[in-house]
Amino acid sequence: MTLIDLANPTRFLSLTARLLPWLAAATAILLLIGLYQSAMAPDDYQQGATVKIMFIHVPNAWLSMFVWGVMSLAALGTLVWRHPLADVAAKAAAPIGAAFTFLALVTGSLWGRPMWGTYWEWDARLTSVLILFLMYLGLIALWRAVEDPSRAARAAAILTLVGAINLPIIKFSVDWWNTLHQPASVMRIGGPSLDRAFLIPLLVMAVAFSLLFVTLHLAAMRNEILRRRVRALQMMQVAQSSQRPA
Amino acid sequence: MSLGPYASFIVTSYLLVAAVVLILIIWIAIDYRRQKQTLHELEAGGVARRSGRSATDIT
Repeated sequence: MTLIDLANPTRFLSLTARLLPWLAAATAILLLIGLYQSAMAPDDYQQGATVKIMFIHVPNAWLSMFVWGVMSLAALGTLVWRHPLADVAAKAAAPIGAAFTFLALVTGSLWGRPMWGTYWEWDARLTSVLILFLMYLGLIALWRAVEDPSRAARAAAILTLVGAINLPIIKFSVDWWNTLHQPASVMRIGGPSLDRAFLIPLLVMAVAFSLLFVTLHLAAMRNEILRRRVRALQMMQVAQSSQRPA
Repeated sequence: MSLGPYASFIVTSYLLVAAVVLILIIWIAIDYRRQKQTLHELEAGGVARRSGRSATDIT
């Protein structure tokens, strides 16, 4: 099967049906390994045991941006190549991305209270991530508000690409402005500054959450394709009933 | 494993992540069943795709 074959929703569904059980199993195994390593990680000399929040906060924060990146590529697929699965991919990813962003905000807040003395600070990193969360909600609302899927797809794709401007702002907010949030400690020039005792569990959890996203995204895309088939059949049903003689 | 004086913050964080991930999984599973059920009902009512293939056929 070539990549172009996946443009066919039926072939995509067939591939998804075969992949999902393996992806779900791999996700579960990696999550268990990551959780075990997180539990066994030593306390930080400054933060104590609260460093364990990092193992779930950071993967969720990375994915909050990564999912918007995926949606931005899908938006290009909708606007430029009119790929049949592009809008399906973007629409299916939005609620999952919103959930990851919500978790990044709340776990960050729960980490901030003991470390910074406050749940929330209107600094550049926290505010830009909150804006990302609101953009996710706005996109979901847009898809629900516009009944015609092709019009909704175009409007959502434009909004997604405009919203992508926020991604570098989030990433570099800790460098551009004075923020309470710590600077990058993994994806930085010169390599990670984290000790291996923290870095390895963090990377395992990051891969586990990324696999979780792929699994949930494929399943949600499958649902969206079926929802569009339901809509098409319902429209045919209405057309058939209106053609019948009274 | 001792979680120290901030155990409630750590435990709440992990429980919250577990709850949200579970909600996502359950929501997606319920949505899948609902879409397949609706497709079966429509096909049972005599509505068919132009290709003649079943809408739930993914092979």
